[in-house]
Amino acid sequence: MFACMYASGEGIRLFACAQNFSPQVEQTDPDTVIVDIDGLGHLFGTVHEIAQAMARRAGPPVNIAVASNPDTAFHAARGYSGTSIVPEGDEAKFLASLPVTLLTPPEEIAETLARWGIRTFRDLAALPDLGVAARLGEEGIKLQQLARGEGARPLKPVEAPVQFEEELELEYPLELLEPLMFVMNRLLGDVCARLEERALAAIGLRLRLRLENAGEHERSIRLPVPMRSSRVFLKLFELDLEKHPPAAPIIKVHLAAEPAKPRTTQNGLFIPLAPEPEKLELTLARIAGVVGEENVGSPELVDTYRPGAFRMCAPFQSRLSTASRDREGAVALALRMFRPPLAAKVQSGFLSAPGFRGRIVKQAGPWRTSGDWWTNSAWSRDEWDIELADGALYRIYCDAQTGRWFLEGRYD
Amino acid sequence: MGTVILQTIDFKLHERPVPDLLPSGIARLDSALGGIPRGFVTDIFGPASSGRTTILRSLMAQNEEFCALVDASDAFDPASAAAAGVALDRLLWIRCGGNAEHALQATDLLLQAGGFGLVVMDLGDIRPETARRISLASWYRLRRAVENTPTALVVIERAPLARACASLAIECARTGIQWSGAPGCSQLLRRVAFSAERRKPLRPASAEFEASALR
Repeated sequence: MFACMYASGEGIRLFACAQNFSPQVEQTDPDTVIVDIDGLGHLFGTVHEIAQAMARRAGPPVNIAVASNPDTAFHAARGYSGTSIVPEGDEAKFLASLPVTLLTPPEEIAETLARWGIRTFRDLAALPDLGVAARLGEEGIKLQQLARGEGARPLKPVEAPVQFEEELELEYPLELLEPLMFVMNRLLGDVCARLEERALAAIGLRLRLRLENAGEHERSIRLPVPMRSSRVFLKLFELDLEKHPPAAPIIKVHLAAEPAKPRTTQNGLFIPLAPEPEKLELTLARIAGVVGEENVGSPELVDTYRPGAFRMCAPFQSRLSTASRDREGAVALALRMFRPPLAAKVQSGFLSAPGFRGRIVKQAGPWRTSGDWWTNSAWSRDEWDIELADGALYRIYCDAQTGRWFLEGRYD
Repeated sequence: MGTVILQTIDFKLHERPVPDLLPSGIARLDSALGGIPRGFVTDIFGPASSGRTTILRSLMAQNEEFCALVDASDAFDPASAAAAGVALDRLLWIRCGGNAEHALQATDLLLQAGGFGLVVMDLGDIRPETARRISLASWYRLRRAVENTPTALVVIERAPLARACASLAIECARTGIQWSGAPGCSQLLRRVAFSAERRKPLRPASAEFEASALR
């Protein structure tokens, strides 16, 4: 059964009122809402009692009609004032006296109906089906079915915007991380369940903690791939909050997830072994807790000639590498860097630096390089490869601006 | 009764599967030593400029899986590694700033996570007295973590540290340095010759190889 509520200019109020009775509410037009009232009998009683309860809730200027289909309820509410109950099976009889203009037919059909002298629902319902089909087409048939109260369309309920957020006001302030994790476990479980209902995952999470000192502590986690594991999220937040604890006890927890389509992967025989993204993310967070966030990642070369320039970026952005594997032939000599370069003294063929001393047996160089002279971070240097008396090979350089020597790396 | 037990033990020893080997990318080394075994700890040790890092770079460049490098002393040079063919986008680099304990923790976490084809712990520039302080229990823990996984754990160091926990130990040494040109401005470091000798298991095997300077 469907109940239609109509009040001119009161659409928003009616929608809010209807939502108190059922989540299945259709906003048919700005002045009209239709509610699916199936199952409300357990709460309110008969159809009459449901309609009266709705009328009481909505206030006096509202027309309410209850019918077996949404269209009949709609027309009855628009056509009759007060509360109307359309008996099931007698829809055509009930609607018979309503003016045909209530069906809002297209202009051409309205003119034709007026020429034929069709004024009410009864007149239109009484016309022969084949004649209406031949003269007014599909639209005419549809109007005739509505006039007979035979509409069979499904309700189109308004979907409330889904928010993947949860919050909890605490009865007493939390000072320790462990009880907070207990609370967050529940909130994350609810958010993940809601994501799962809609076949979504989270690409980012935001945690806002209201503190006892009226301040706020906000933490965000950005995920490399969409995930939906509350356990992983909880551990990531735990590791993050261990590193960045709130300044005061917590009185309210608010958690929001940024939804995204779940990750879809096509595994294959020739795809190399790779760590699972969820496990990797947790492992990286744990390692970052040990060595620092800035020390974990994949190196990326920077577009410059500055020696030793690189930056750290998030690891494994792409599962398919672009690097060439055609490297048959000579093996390249590897260089180990000293970071930062060690200040050295080079005098009379003798090198001394912290932890390194020796006579220079052979040397090759200099290789003069410079760059960025148009900026404040200009560099200019002369590089040498040297062999010390113990046989070890080093790369040293002389900074052309300061004249100082540095031990940059060792060939190994 | 005793005979039966001995027979059972003998049967189990023979059942041990042959490990899958990762090629190092150095043909002579692979033909002499076979490669680096997956699921085991491999020690590559030697003094400074003995070719340890060259073998490691070649191994990383040859391996098409995801690699992790736990760099205890922050010695990795991305530019020369990329020039040697290492795919930097498939490399996880963990810089431990000279802290060997952090390197051990990070390696353990990586092995527990799994999914890497190669995990390298580079202790090459850690002072020997610090490196020797790593307990044998830590090495056993790493060995247990890598066991029965498709990951090869390689440890670079000055002297063998993993001892009983390593299934393969390779000692590296420098055998020659080739310079070209006359002493002075025209001299150039051309290539360095290295030798790699298997110290464990005790079946004599060694290989000599050369590495070219990139200049």
